[in-house]
Amino acid sequence: MQLRPLGVVALSLALAAACKESGGGSASPSTASTAAPTGDVVRLQGAGASFPAPLYLKWFKAYSSSHANVQVDYQSVGSGSGVKSFIDKTVDFGASDAAMKPEDIARVDTGVQLLPMTAGAIVVAYNLEGVKDLKLSRKAYSGIFLGKITRWNDPAVAAANPGAKLPDAPINVVVRADSSGTTFVFSKHLTAINETFAKDVGTNNMPNWPVGTRSKGNEGVTASLKSTPGSLGYIEYGYARSQGLSMASLENKSGAYVAATTAAGQAALASAVLPDDLIVWASDPEAKEAYPIVTYTWLLAYKKYGDKKKHDALIDLLDYGLTAGQKDAEALGYIPLPEAVAEKVRAATRNIRAEG
Amino acid sequence: MAEAVSVAQEPSSAQRFADAAFRRLCQLCAAAALALVVFIVLRIAISAAPALSDYGPGFLTGTTWDPNKGRYAILPEIWGTLYTSILALVLGTLFGVAAALFLAEGFLGEFVYQLLKAPGLHLHPLWSKLPARAEDALRNLVELLAAIPSVVYGLWGLFVVIPTVRPFCNWLYAHLGWIPFFSTSLAGPGVLPAVLVLSIMILPTITAIGRQALVSVPSKLRMASYGLGATRWETIIGVLLPTASRGIFGGVVLAFGRALGETMALAMLVGNANQIRLSLFSPANTLAALLANNFPEAGPRQVAVLMYAALVLLAITLVVNVAGALLVQRAAARTEGAQ
Repeated sequence: MQLRPLGVVALSLALAAACKESGGGSASPSTASTAAPTGDVVRLQGAGASFPAPLYLKWFKAYSSSHANVQVDYQSVGSGSGVKSFIDKTVDFGASDAAMKPEDIARVDTGVQLLPMTAGAIVVAYNLEGVKDLKLSRKAYSGIFLGKITRWNDPAVAAANPGAKLPDAPINVVVRADSSGTTFVFSKHLTAINETFAKDVGTNNMPNWPVGTRSKGNEGVTASLKSTPGSLGYIEYGYARSQGLSMASLENKSGAYVAATTAAGQAALASAVLPDDLIVWASDPEAKEAYPIVTYTWLLAYKKYGDKKKHDALIDLLDYGLTAGQKDAEALGYIPLPEAVAEKVRAATRNIRAEG
Repeated sequence: MAEAVSVAQEPSSAQRFADAAFRRLCQLCAAAALALVVFIVLRIAISAAPALSDYGPGFLTGTTWDPNKGRYAILPEIWGTLYTSILALVLGTLFGVAAALFLAEGFLGEFVYQLLKAPGLHLHPLWSKLPARAEDALRNLVELLAAIPSVVYGLWGLFVVIPTVRPFCNWLYAHLGWIPFFSTSLAGPGVLPAVLVLSIMILPTITAIGRQALVSVPSKLRMASYGLGATRWETIIGVLLPTASRGIFGGVVLAFGRALGETMALAMLVGNANQIRLSLFSPANTLAALLANNFPEAGPRQVAVLMYAALVLLAITLVVNVAGALLVQRAAARTEGAQ
């Protein structure tokens, strides 16, 4: 009988462990927007995608240091949570890699203005000793992620890499274990270029990958790739660059092999014409020099703000990000918006109004 | 005289009140702890209700998790949870009980004492304290393992354990690949690294409780055993361990609870692949890791499915604990009868 209490403790221990760690990501940041601005300080509270967070934080810090009366907080809680907080109006602005679904937009009575603030490339990174400039045809990389091409010396891989010493070893595919915007964009691209992928797997934040070990977060995939010889996976360009991982050149729609560079990324963005709602997916750009997997990331703003000061601060902040801020993008591994796009987005900020 | 009177005095009304109030407070706290568990279970069950009616028992026996097609089932996760936990428990118990014995028997203290004796320092006022201090330090060191955050364990597993065991595992795969346990190569995350790290994580629980149980074995028993001519090892194996088995088993059950619920380190190390394989080197998935990976971006429909999975995890933990408690009771009844 002595052990009964122990049993209960163990049960609640397991419970606590399971709850504690799953709850972390979705904590909604609800404090700042309700707090009245003290004195003349305007506080802007944002939450959302983790992908643009380093750039946003850099902007907000730089902006706050030159505008002492504006304080901007940004919590990188993930696109999904960002959209949720934005709909619930617990933040002043949101951020999302997957834009916003029409039905979600309809749920916001003050209107929604989506603003592409920066863009990024998703690369296929690999760890293979002695192979530097791997080229992957569309057939090769879609086949690898479908689990149809399993060895490095598969003819489909070898054909594009004459002279490279491809080993007769299994390809250890690494994919994301958690639901993520990166996966959404990558699977959207694979869906666009491969019918089998579209039918069997499809576009999702966390599709049912037929192959691969799964790691958590960009950092998890990066770590797996770095520590496992013979592995290959998809990550954001910034992570691959900062960790010195080799990145494959990918075959684009016009048949050219393109490495992930700023110019190739901008070429891809330029090929996708921004519609009026500013939501566009460059799922499979056509231009010859375009890198095939790029995406915008959006900042979500309301069309009406009750607080004039908040409105003015936000507009000024957005203006800063779209002009001077774009210069920070490249150094952090993002693709600066093409000038025409930045201009169009700046024009769209005029849709955001201050009214009671 | 005055003192004798005060001792015999009836409790004052204030004392009576304090006594009653304290008793009520204790009852309230105990009830609150129970109510909390019930509340959590209820809340999860309510959130899981839509998924319960949609997927029913098929949720437990299917093997596909595909949000795109709206098909959810968690047999691979149930398998992975039990497989990793049980293996980790076997390893953890082996080393944990050994460590508990080492600590309880004071082997380190003895060793240090012998070292001091050689130069004749064992009676020195300062140095003579060293054996006890060394014991304390070692005990604290083992217990410190419990204080390491699980994400640190995960990173350590990723960057240290996996690269270390990989050559060995792949040798096993190459030469003994016909054995089901070694039937795949270890690329990166997988069952074995997860089990190794998990066993270290649960070791302090087993060691701390096991040591306590061993220390509290009445010294009369030990003396009697020696008196009958048993050697030290015979005494440990034949008398001390069986007598302390109830306490040790308690620690093991507690450790199993932790192993089942452990999330972060496993999410990083187990590979999160929805498949059922016997191979120790292939990636698998666990319920807790599934929950952690999916919750942050889950839509309302998926939340229900995840709550269903949480409910299953809860049920598994409950069954394990009840079964553990029953086993302990039985074992205890047997050994006590022998006494």
